[in-house]
Amino acid sequence: MALLDVEDLSVTFRQRGKRTVRAVDGVSFSVDAGEVVGLVGESGCGKSVTSLALMGLLPRQPGISVGGKADFDGTDLLRVDRRAMRDIRGRDVAMIFQDPLSSLNPVIPIGRQVTEVLTRHRGLSGDAARKEAADLLDRVGIPDPTRRLKEYPHQLSGGMRQRALIAIAVACQPRLLIADEPTTALDVTIQAQILELLKALVRDSGTALVMITHDLGVVAGMCDTVNVLYAGRVVETARRRPLFAEPRHPYTVGLLNSIPRLDAGRGDKLSPIPGSVRDVLPWADGCAFAPRCDRQVEACVGEPPQLVLTHTDRTYRCVNPVPAVGSAPAVAEPAVEAGPGPAAEAGPESGPVGPVAEVDPVAEEKQSSVPAPREEESA
Amino acid sequence: MFRFIVRRLLQLIPALFGLSILLFIWLHRLPGGPETAILGERGTPEMRAAIRQNLGLDEPILVQYGRFMKRMLRLDLGASIATKREVTTEFLQRFPGTVELAATAIIIAIAIGIPLGYLAARRRGRLLDHVSVAGSLIGVCIPVFFLAYVLKAIFAENLHLFPSSGRQDPTIEATRITNFFVLDGLMTREWDAAADALWHLVLPGLALASIPLAIIVRITRASVLEVLGEDFVRTAEAKGLTERVVRQRHVLRNAMLPVATTIGLLTGGLLSGAVLTETVFAFSGIGAFIADSISQRDYPVLMGFIMIIAVLFVLVNLLVDLSYSLIDPRVRVR
Repeated sequence: MALLDVEDLSVTFRQRGKRTVRAVDGVSFSVDAGEVVGLVGESGCGKSVTSLALMGLLPRQPGISVGGKADFDGTDLLRVDRRAMRDIRGRDVAMIFQDPLSSLNPVIPIGRQVTEVLTRHRGLSGDAARKEAADLLDRVGIPDPTRRLKEYPHQLSGGMRQRALIAIAVACQPRLLIADEPTTALDVTIQAQILELLKALVRDSGTALVMITHDLGVVAGMCDTVNVLYAGRVVETARRRPLFAEPRHPYTVGLLNSIPRLDAGRGDKLSPIPGSVRDVLPWADGCAFAPRCDRQVEACVGEPPQLVLTHTDRTYRCVNPVPAVGSAPAVAEPAVEAGPGPAAEAGPESGPVGPVAEVDPVAEEKQSSVPAPREEESA
Repeated sequence: MFRFIVRRLLQLIPALFGLSILLFIWLHRLPGGPETAILGERGTPEMRAAIRQNLGLDEPILVQYGRFMKRMLRLDLGASIATKREVTTEFLQRFPGTVELAATAIIIAIAIGIPLGYLAARRRGRLLDHVSVAGSLIGVCIPVFFLAYVLKAIFAENLHLFPSSGRQDPTIEATRITNFFVLDGLMTREWDAAADALWHLVLPGLALASIPLAIIVRITRASVLEVLGEDFVRTAEAKGLTERVVRQRHVLRNAMLPVATTIGLLTGGLLSGAVLTETVFAFSGIGAFIADSISQRDYPVLMGFIMIIAVLFVLVNLLVDLSYSLIDPRVRVR
C-alpha cells in the first residue's frame, strides 16, 4: 500500500464569462514511503495545481472544484475537513515552494517563521523552540544558525532562503514532502546544492518526496519514478532509467531533446518542441499533444488516446508511440492495451490494466545503449 | 537612526525658508490689509495710512521681510494685530483643542476603519464588502460641515446625548495646566472635567473622522486583498497554522504598511485645523482662528501659525517614517 495514492484527481476552474478550464484532468499516481516521484511538464501542464490540490491550498471559491481521491495513509486529503487538514499540513505533509523570497514573510525574522511551525505541531515554545530551530537551520546547511534566526528574509541570499524554507518544511519530520520547482529561482550552482540537500534529507528520514519540475536534469538526478504531464493528464509514467533510456511518448522525447547537452556536436541545433502549451486539443477530441507532435497520425484526432501499459513498468498515453529501443522501428506494439472507451480515463494503477508489473531488469539494462541523461550540475 | 533624524531636521531649514518667502509674498499681495479690517468701510485714507505706518506696512516688502526674519531667528513671532496678544500665546491656547480634536478623529477613523477594511477584504464581493465600499464613497463625498450640522441636530439638539458646542461646560471649574482639557482633567484628578471635555469631543470628532475613516477603509481593504494573494500567506497556510495566527501575524501586519503611511499624512492634515467642524461646534481650535485671521489680514498670526504647522507636519511625518522602520525591517533608516 502506497503512502499516497492519487486517483483520478481533477481540478476545474470555472469563471463567469470565461471558458471553463480543466487544469488537472484525471491524474493518478502513487508515492511510496522513501520514494522520490517526479511530476514533470512544461508550465501550465497542471503540476503546481496538482500539488496545491493535495495540500488543500487551492482558494476556496465557488468556481474551483476538485474531484477524485488522494488517499494519504487512509485519509482522503481532498475530502478531509478544514480543521483536520490544518493539523495534517506542516506536520504530515509539507511543501517547499518555488520562489523563496516571496514565500517567506518579509517582516518576520527567520527564526520566528521556523519556530511557529514547531509551536503549532510539536508544542515547542521559547528556548526549546529556538534551539530546535537553530538545529534545523544547521541541518539544512545554514552557517551560524543562532545569528540567522534573528535575521529577516531580505538579509539572506537566495540559496539560504530556500534552505530556510526547507528547514520549515522538514521541521516536523513530515512523511510526505512536496517540492514545487524548488530550484527554479536559484542559480545553477545553488540548484545543485539544494538538490543534494533534498536528496540527503529524503535518504536520512525516509520521507517520501514529490518533486515537481520542468527540468529533466533535476529528474535525472533525483527521481525514482517519473510522471510526465501534458495539458492536465499523465502522458507517460516510468521508472527513471527506462524513461531516459527509451521514452515512448513523443512529448517525453521532445522534452529530452530540448535539453542542451555537452556531448552534442558543435554545430548541432537544439530541437525544441514546436508550438506552445497553448496549442492543445481538448482531450475529449483526441490527443492534446497532437497539434505539436511530429508523429501525429490520423488516429490521434477523434478519440482521446488510451493509457497503454507495456510489459515493462511503464504506461503511456499515445496511439503512435516512439518505438522501443531494439524493437521493430515502424510499429509500436504495446504488450497490453487498456480497455477502450471511457475506462481509459482511469489511472495507471486501476482499471482493466491491473496492478503494474515489477520493473523488467532487461528493460533497465537497455539504457546503457543510449547516451546517459544529463546529470544535475555539480559545479 | 540618529543621523537620519538630524538630516531630516536640517532639511527643514531650507524648506521653512522657502515657505516663509512664498507665504510673505502671498499674504502681502492679498488685496486690502489689516487697516481695512480695523477701520471697516468708514476710514479715511489718512487714517488708513497712519495705521499702515504704525504697523510698519508702508516700508518696502524686503525690509518688512528682513524684520520678520530677524524676529523669527530669535523665535519671536510677534503679536497679533487683531488681539494684540503674542502669536505664541494665541497658538498655545488654541492648538491643544485642535490636537484633541484631531486625535479623537484619527482614533475613531483607525478603530473603525482598519477592522472594517479588513473584513471587507475577507468577505470580498459579499454584502459587507459592498456596504463598506459604498459607505466609504459616501463618507468621502458628504461635505464635512453638512455632516457636522446633521450630527449636531440629531444627537445634540434633538436627543440631547452630547453637548452641541464648545470644548467644556463653562459651569465646570477646571484647572488649566496644558490647555489640553482632557489631559488637564486627568492630571488634576478633576475627573468630571476630563469626562466633560471628552464628551464635547465626540460629535466634532465623528464629523471630522468621516473622510479619514473612508480613506483608511479603502486603503486597508486594498492592502489586505493584496497581501492575501502573497506567496508567504500560502506558506503560512502550508505550515498548518491556525487561521488566527495566519490572519494576525502574516496578513494584518504586512497589510498595515501602506495604512501607516496614510495615517501619518491624514494626521498631519488634521493638525492644521478643521475650520468647518470647529465653526459648527464653536470649538476653539486653530482652524477657526486662522480663518478669522485671513479675513482680518492678521499677518503675524498667519505667518506664525502656518510656520509652526509646517514644522509639526514635518515632525509627524518623520515619526511615521521612523515607525515604518519598526514595522518593516526592509526599510532601514539611514
